[in-house]
Amino acid sequence: MELEERAKNVRRRIIEMVSKSKSSHVGAALSIADIVAALYFSALRRTTVQAQERDRFILSKGHACAALYAALAEAGCISQEELDGFYIDGGKLPGHATLSCGAGVEASTGSLGHGLPIAAGIALSARIDKKGFRTFALLGDGECDEGSVWEAAMFAGNAKLDNLIAIVDYNKLQAFGYTKEVLDLEPLAKKWEAFGWAAREIDGHDLKALDSALNSVPFEKGKPSVIIAHTTKGKGVSFMEGRIEWHYKSPDPEQRRRALEELQ
Amino acid sequence: MRRAFVDALLDIAKEDERVVVITPDMGFSVFERFREAFPERIYNTGIAEQNSVGIASGLALNGKVVFVYSIVPFVTMRPFEQVRIDACYQNLPIKLVGSGGGLTYGPLGPTHHSIEDIALMRALPNMSVLCPGDPIESVLCTKEAHRIPGPAYIRLGKGSGEPTIHESTPDFSIGRGIVLKEGKDANIISTGNMLENATLASGLLEKEGIGCGVVSMPSVKPLDLELVSSLSRKAPLFSLEEHSMIGGLGSAVAEFLSESGEHSSFLRIALPDRFCHEVGSQQYLRNLYGLSPEGIAKRVISRIK
Ligand SMILES: Cc1ncc(C[n+]2csc(CCOP(=O)(O)OP(=O)(O)O)c2C)c(N)n1
Repeated sequence: MELEERAKNVRRRIIEMVSKSKSSHVGAALSIADIVAALYFSALRRTTVQAQERDRFILSKGHACAALYAALAEAGCISQEELDGFYIDGGKLPGHATLSCGAGVEASTGSLGHGLPIAAGIALSARIDKKGFRTFALLGDGECDEGSVWEAAMFAGNAKLDNLIAIVDYNKLQAFGYTKEVLDLEPLAKKWEAFGWAAREIDGHDLKALDSALNSVPFEKGKPSVIIAHTTKGKGVSFMEGRIEWHYKSPDPEQRRRALEELQ
Repeated sequence: MRRAFVDALLDIAKEDERVVVITPDMGFSVFERFREAFPERIYNTGIAEQNSVGIASGLALNGKVVFVYSIVPFVTMRPFEQVRIDACYQNLPIKLVGSGGGLTYGPLGPTHHSIEDIALMRALPNMSVLCPGDPIESVLCTKEAHRIPGPAYIRLGKGSGEPTIHESTPDFSIGRGIVLKEGKDANIISTGNMLENATLASGLLEKEGIGCGVVSMPSVKPLDLELVSSLSRKAPLFSLEEHSMIGGLGSAVAEFLSESGEHSSFLRIALPDRFCHEVGSQQYLRNLYGLSPEGIAKRVISRIK
């Protein structure tokens, strides 16, 4: 199946999940649908979710877990029944990515700023054990406000962890404003570079660009890599794109119908 | 409760020019009115809670009274050392306001549950801990937090989901409990968002012929020791909270009773010492963990029968 098809399926599953459970964060999940599709259906090297040598993926912006669960379902790691229990009384999948759901989630996230430090630790363990797998961490742009992100960035740069890859979902929105107005991140690529990382900026909805960037890491030997992916919150559903209220709202039946129609 | 808090805060800010709000990127559909009224006195400091409490402390060192608002874990636990040292050690007028007390954010999972916050905040010298039980108490606690000079923590529940329990505004000041009704057979001291279920449980017990009183204790620290002491000598006593067994209201009452003279039996009704791995709404989790009105009534009956 083509990556485009995978990304569309991920988006459709996201809409179904958040509508059914009346949960929030649909904009955050749609924003990363292309990124997780490119990861799970091209970049990540893995045979099974348990294989020791599998590439690791950590969703640091854990509130967008609908996208992660959708990709895992699309990859056959989560059943439709489990997906239907997302955010529902008695289900297995809560509204933030959780290790204990046992479906191939690599770390429990949801409090922002935890994923990159954990990913750096996993990457370090791979080096200690002389294992060849890579560790990918996906961060929100607002999440980059957290000091712990930059503590981990400094650590990984200093430790020359070139088996670590950060992806920043740069959708220009956070929970209570525009990233540019709350805390301007620019010049973002230069910041990472100053911390010893090799950076690349791409269109985070261009699957070819994603595919090529994700498959050419490390960008420089001896440096961790960061992909700054320019994205749109709510991407793929016209009335959700770039609108902060879709951080909170969930689609009503009519909005669900319109969204799925757009995602034909 | 959050709505009531914002209304109270607006009133306070009108009277007291020193009041500033710091929000680490939270407050959508909460602070819009405040922003309109006082654009110079509210700052979104970004998703950076440690820095936010540090900034609040700097403001407070220079005469401001600072309300810092976020979801409970992100305003108490993430910046814990800034709260401990910058705010409490320096004894500054910093008022932490947490939304989503207990299991309010049920299906969002353990990262967003707040079941250890009372324990953590209560352990800090100088800190006052206020857990309102309904919108009226939310207003009272906000005013009290502002009135006292040092640091305070206000633990809110939902946005506007909780019913109003008090028929009129009761007498309240920090360190005092609010007696809704006294019981001849048992008394429940409830804190925070369990107040509704405490009154519902009391109603269920009434039908069984058991007179069970209800006392609201928003002020977990300082605790109303006089009231606890007098209740404990009258009938079996129960504490009730949407918080871990460890370190919350139940612990505070138990610590006091264990060193005071005679008292009747005491039982804590709270959450067990574990993360809630089950997925579900607040109501679903309350049922699961015995914090529904029926669950509470059952505990009371089995204890006193
Ligand atoms: C430590 C912490 N603080 C605050 C929050 C509440 N919160 C959840 S999502 C969010 C905004 C995230 O913005 P961004 O990282 O840009 O991701 P987006 O939703 O825009 O994709 C906030 C503040 C949190 N989950 N963790």
